[in-house]
Order: sequence, then C-alpha cells, then structure tokens
Amino acid sequence: MVQSIQNWFQQLAETHTKWNFIFFYDPVQWERFVSGLWMTIKLSFICLILSVIIGIVGAWAQGAKNPFVRWFVQGYIQFFRNTPPLVQLLFFYFALGQFTPTYSPDGWLEIPIISNVGWAIISLSFFAGAFNVEIFRAGIEAVPESTTEASEALGFSRLQTYMYTVFPLAFRVSLPALNNNLVNLVKTTTQAMAIAVPELLYEMVSIYNDYSTAQNASMLVLFISYIVLVGILVLAMSRWEKALQIPGVGEA
Amino acid sequence: MSTDWTPDQPLVSIQNVHKSFGDLEVLKGVSLDVRQGEVICIIGPSGSGKSTLIRCINALNDIQSGSIKVRGIEVNDKSLDKLQLRKNVGMVFQQYNLFPHKTALQNIMMAPVKVLKMDRQDAMEKARALLKKVRLEGKEDSYPGELSGGQQQRVAIARSLAMNPQVMLFDEVTAALDPETVKEVLTTIKDLAAEGMTCILVTHEMGFAREIADHIYFTDRGVIIEHGPPATFFDQATDPRTQEFLGQIL
Repeated sequence: MVQSIQNWFQQLAETHTKWNFIFFYDPVQWERFVSGLWMTIKLSFICLILSVIIGIVGAWAQGAKNPFVRWFVQGYIQFFRNTPPLVQLLFFYFALGQFTPTYSPDGWLEIPIISNVGWAIISLSFFAGAFNVEIFRAGIEAVPESTTEASEALGFSRLQTYMYTVFPLAFRVSLPALNNNLVNLVKTTTQAMAIAVPELLYEMVSIYNDYSTAQNASMLVLFISYIVLVGILVLAMSRWEKALQIPGVGEA
Repeated sequence: MSTDWTPDQPLVSIQNVHKSFGDLEVLKGVSLDVRQGEVICIIGPSGSGKSTLIRCINALNDIQSGSIKVRGIEVNDKSLDKLQLRKNVGMVFQQYNLFPHKTALQNIMMAPVKVLKMDRQDAMEKARALLKKVRLEGKEDSYPGELSGGQQQRVAIARSLAMNPQVMLFDEVTAALDPETVKEVLTTIKDLAAEGMTCILVTHEMGFAREIADHIYFTDRGVIIEHGPPATFFDQATDPRTQEFLGQIL
C-alpha cells in the first residue's frame, strides 16, 4: 500500500516535472516533512495553552485594585498588540537572547539555556496572550454586575467570585473570539522560521531549496496541512463550546 | 463571635446614616433598629433610598457617616471583616441573580462548601432540604434558565438561607415577577417570618407588608418620614407625604 503510493508519486514526478512530491516517496524528505509537522503541532499546542493562561491571569489582573498592576497589564497589551509579531520574535531571540545565561555541556560549546524553540514559544505565547486578555476582558464585562454582587453578598472573596462565577460565565461568552485568536496563533507559528525553528514551513522551504522541482508540491502540501490543522482546532473548539452550553446562558 | 452583642440589643442597629453617590445625597440621616425575630418593611416612592439603605447593611454600598451594626459588627469600619458580616446577613435581590451556569442545587451548595468549608455531602443534604422548604423538590438539576421567575427567586431565597444568616434582606424581591408567581414567593417569605427569621424587606406589596410586618418604615428623599406598626401606620398616618403616597397606591 505505502509502496504503491510512493511509486505513484515518483511516477508523477517523472511525468510532470513541476509536481515533484519528493517528501512522499523519498524517506529522508518524508522524515523532514513529518518532523516539521510535529514541531508545528507542538509549538501550536504549547503556545495555545500558555496564551490562554496568560489571558486568564491578565484579565484577572486588569481588575486589580493596585493601579500599577493595571498599568503593567495595559502596557503589556499595548506593546504586544500594536507591534508586528515577527519583530517581537526577532527582538526576543536576538536582543534578549544575548543576555540569557549559557551552559556548557563539554567545556567548549556555549549553549543558551533558552533555545530558539524556547524563544518562539515565549514570544508567540505573549503575542497571542495579549489578545486573549482583551478577549476575556470583554467576556468579563458581559457578566452582569448583579451576579458578582450576589456572589459577594454570599461571602465569596474577589478571587472566589472570579474563579467560580465570573470566569466560567465570561469564558463561555469569550469562546468564539478566543477561537479566532487561536486559529491566528497556529498560523503565526510559521514565523518561527525566521529564527530557524524547524517547524513545517521551515522544513518545506528547505526541501524545495534542495529540490527546486518540489516547489509547487511543497506549497500545496503546506496549504493543505494548515487547513487540516486549523480545521481540527476549530472542530475541537466548537465541540467544546457546545459541551459548555447551558440552558439560558448566552442565549439572550 | 468576637462581638459583645447580646440578644436584648437590636440585631441590626442603624444610627444617623448618611450616604451619597457623588453629589447626590441618597440617605440623609437614617436611623432604625431591628430586634431579633422582627419583620420590618421599608416602603416609599422610587428613589427614596430604600434599596440603598438595605444594601448598606451588608456593605454592598459603603456609607459616608453614621453607624450600622449587625450583631455588634460595625459595618462602617475600614477594617471590617466582610466575610464575618456576610455570614450573618442573607440577601435576596429583585433580579434573583442566581449563578446561571449552576443547577438549582449547585447554586445553594456553592457558598456553604466554598465559603463555610462545609462537607460536600452535608451541604448537598442541606440544599435538598432547603429546596423542599421553598417547595421546589424535583428542580434540583434544573438550571436557572429553565425555571420561572418565581421559582428562581425561591432558589435565591434557599441559597441565602443555606448560609444560616441571622437576618435576611429582601430588596423588592417580587418586583420583577408575574402577578401569579408573586404569591408563591410571598408565601415562602411568610413561612420564614413565622419561623422567627429576622427580615428586612423593601417592598411595594402593601397588602403583604400590612400582613407580615411588625413595623413599617416610610422613607422619602433619604429620610424616614414616619413609622409604626402596620395597623396604626396604614390607618392613622399623620404626615401629608405618607398620606399622599398611601393615597396613590391603596
């Protein structure tokens, strides 16, 4: 089965020289494609989780009594929302990367404790996180003040009110917008290529740099791969949205 | 309890309370006492400060001057332990304000479990008993969105009762209800009063106030104009403003 698929693509490359899907029959290139895809999935997944955590904490901090905390969150949002993510990535890796400590496994090499993958995760998480703070804030504002008051009147602290009432309600309101932002995040992971993170785009570009006949094929497979990845995410999110639905909540 | 309150003192004591929202003075020196087991009704035209007054009792609104004591706990105090105060004071709102993402049973259980750290199983048994008390057996697993206004309000009452309050505040709790469901909520409150629960009600239901209250207070423009037991209050009001108000609604 696998053999026949490989043969078919090899045949195709011979008859149509502009459509060389080399990664589907050459085991070495296949390895590159798969490792790139896996890196993209890992990168997306980790950044997704971190950015949501940043969003939750940030939205909580935005309501803090201390004005410095609020200004800090506001400054963070303004910076990450109003500058290009690619510039942020380069800044993190090249500027901040210089100041991070290094370690030496063999006495000769100097390896920074934060790798390029590490910087990509940090940079992309903060980028998407800034939007998530705003998304959750909008959700929190949609929770009626009276519901919060009822919770306070029962003796709940501000943190308990946020955890048990405000956030669960705000989250449901925020899901569609969060969905959009996370889709964007998955697509933005391609920018990690700029600091040589071996994700899918990086690997595919490397392949067609090595085999120019594979260019069209690589592009096509790139598009399809992202459509599938984002499709899975959107499907999972809308399932989640349905699962969280409660009679009388968010219908008005 | 770390206060020196004794049952011969008023359970809630309000002395010369002033409250402003910006330039607007809403309460202009209000005083009243509520003894344990007493039911009092505060009536008066809209904007007279009734709701603000009872919201000050559990510190949802702060006051500028004066004193409010609940079981000896001074509310007008920077170092007020709000949790301690709110354990003593239950509140029911006009718009029910249930937690819409929790079932009726969960709504009632939540505060005892999270705030009082009550055992889950005990809290659930108690919540079931309270639902039965407000005549909502079988609605344990319904979400607020699936209940009528009157049913939601009764869940809200049960939710407050689950905290074993010493006094219950009712802020126009029937104002958002259909006429048919008003009665079921009033019956629930009547049962509570009959059991000896101290209640402070802001209401427009004059017939109900007359029937249930030990004492009626009439407020207008931030002051208490007149007060007395229902019989004397409704039939022998002396102040022209009280007479005018009662003339309009009775």
